[in-house]
Order: sequence, then structure tokens, then C-alpha cells
Amino acid sequence: MVQFSTARLDASFAALSDATRRGVLEQLGSADASITELAEKFHMTLTGMKKHIGVLEQAGLVTTEKVGRVRTCRLGSRGLEEEAAWIEARRQIWNARFDTLDQVIEALKRKEKVDGGQSE
Amino acid sequence: MGDRASNGRTAVERRSELELVVTRTFNGPVRLVFDAWTKPELFKLWWAPKSMGVPLLSCEMDVRTGGSYRITFGHDASDAMAFFGKYLDVSPPSRLVWTNDEGGEEGAVTTVTFEEEEGRTLLVLQELYPSKEALDQSFVGMEDALPEQFEQLDELLITLSASV
Repeated sequence: MVQFSTARLDASFAALSDATRRGVLEQLGSADASITELAEKFHMTLTGMKKHIGVLEQAGLVTTEKVGRVRTCRLGSRGLEEEAAWIEARRQIWNARFDTLDQVIEALKRKEKVDGGQSE
Repeated sequence: MGDRASNGRTAVERRSELELVVTRTFNGPVRLVFDAWTKPELFKLWWAPKSMGVPLLSCEMDVRTGGSYRITFGHDASDAMAFFGKYLDVSPPSRLVWTNDEGGEEGAVTTVTFEEEEGRTLLVLQELYPSKEALDQSFVGMEDALPEQFEQLDELLITLSASV
């Protein structure tokens, strides 16, 4: 399954060593927020909050997305990685089965055509 | 929750702690798709794609409400894995429900619905597990499966087409 590298674990611990950054994660746990909103909430400059978000992003704990002039932050999907891998494995099985089933259905359709559309 | 994997045409989604939902549209009428799920000779052609790495050894299906099925995978009888259960609901050509009793009390109930739309079939397969742990463990050992080209199937289809 999913392997966490030491480097990434180090980045996570470093990211979590700061009280503001832990507060930001807690905040994003309840709702997404823009950097501006987070800066206000934690009484910081925009630049200061950007740095914190940068650290959290490096560690994969937060993802950000810029829409227009606003950069929205949300919790990263790391916690979901293992589940995502599991889901993907299921998808691959079903996809393989269904690709094969597609072919079977094509063959059945051809057969019906040949039989003049007479199915049992 | 709500985690999802979808590329190509098969979407798989964990809709809740206990539920996995697979959707796919097939380019054929419902009656053909339903046949492919309920006639053993057709079911055998696609249920164990080569990429699973384990061939289908046997397949017995008594497809009617209350009937049972037993499917074995393996290279020979000594390493066979059996999957078996009962059909709780067989309503041609729109609905199939069966139990997965090899999981004992942890076994899921599978519901497949078939819906026709302009000659195509929307298929929704739901696996409902009795507990979160059962769902989490349901896939152990199958992680390595990958889709691939099915040369075997091509040969088979040629045979099928030739036999008409």
C-alpha cells in the first residue's frame, strides 16, 4: 500500500511543530478558507500566513487553489491516500472486467445481427 | 468518505463507511448486458480477466431468486479459492442481488441494477458491507491487479463470431 517516506514524515512533524500551523489545520478541518481570512483569524500579516501555508503545503497537509485573486486553502488529502489507493485497486479490477464485458456485448450484438435480430 | 476513482468509464466510489458503488455504461441493450451477467457461459468470459492473474476454474450459477452460485478461481483444485452465495433477488432484466457468503458474517451484499437508455445500459453495482472493517479488508491481496490487453479474449471473440 502507501509508503510514507522519512523525508515526508520529517516535513509533517516540522509543519506541526508550530502552534499557528496546528490552529490553521484545525480551522481548515471545519471549513476551507482563503489566506486573507486565515491571516485575519490568527492576527498575522498576509506574508506571515503565506509562509505558514507554504510549510503546510510542502508537507502535503494543505492544498491551495487560486480562483481569480483569492487563494483558497483546504486540508490535503494525505489522510485519504491509503483509501484512495484501495479504491483505485477496486476500480482496476472492475475496469478490467468491464472492458472484457464490453467485448462480450459487442460479440452478442454482432451475433444478433447475423441471426436477424432473433434472440431467444 | 466519498472517495472516488474514475478514469475511463468505470467509476468507483466509497459512498459511505459501508458502501462501495461502481458505475459504468455499456454500449448495448439491457437484455444483452443482463444475459452476460446471468448466463454462466457468457459470465465466464469476462468475470476473471487475465490481469487478475488467476483463472476461473468453475462457475455454477442457478440464477433465480433463492438460487445459489459457486465460483472458484485458481490454477488447479489444490489452490482454488471459492466464492459463493445466494441470489436474494433476480428480476430480469433490471436487478440482481446476491450475498457473498465466503466472507461469513463479514460478507457483503451485492446489488446490480441495469437501466436502458437509447440502446445503452447504465449499470450500477453496489456492495454493502456489514461493518467498516469488513469493507476495509475486503480487498486484501488483490492490490496488484492491473488492466491489460486481453489477447485471450480476442481469440475467444473470434471463435464466438465464427460459431454463428
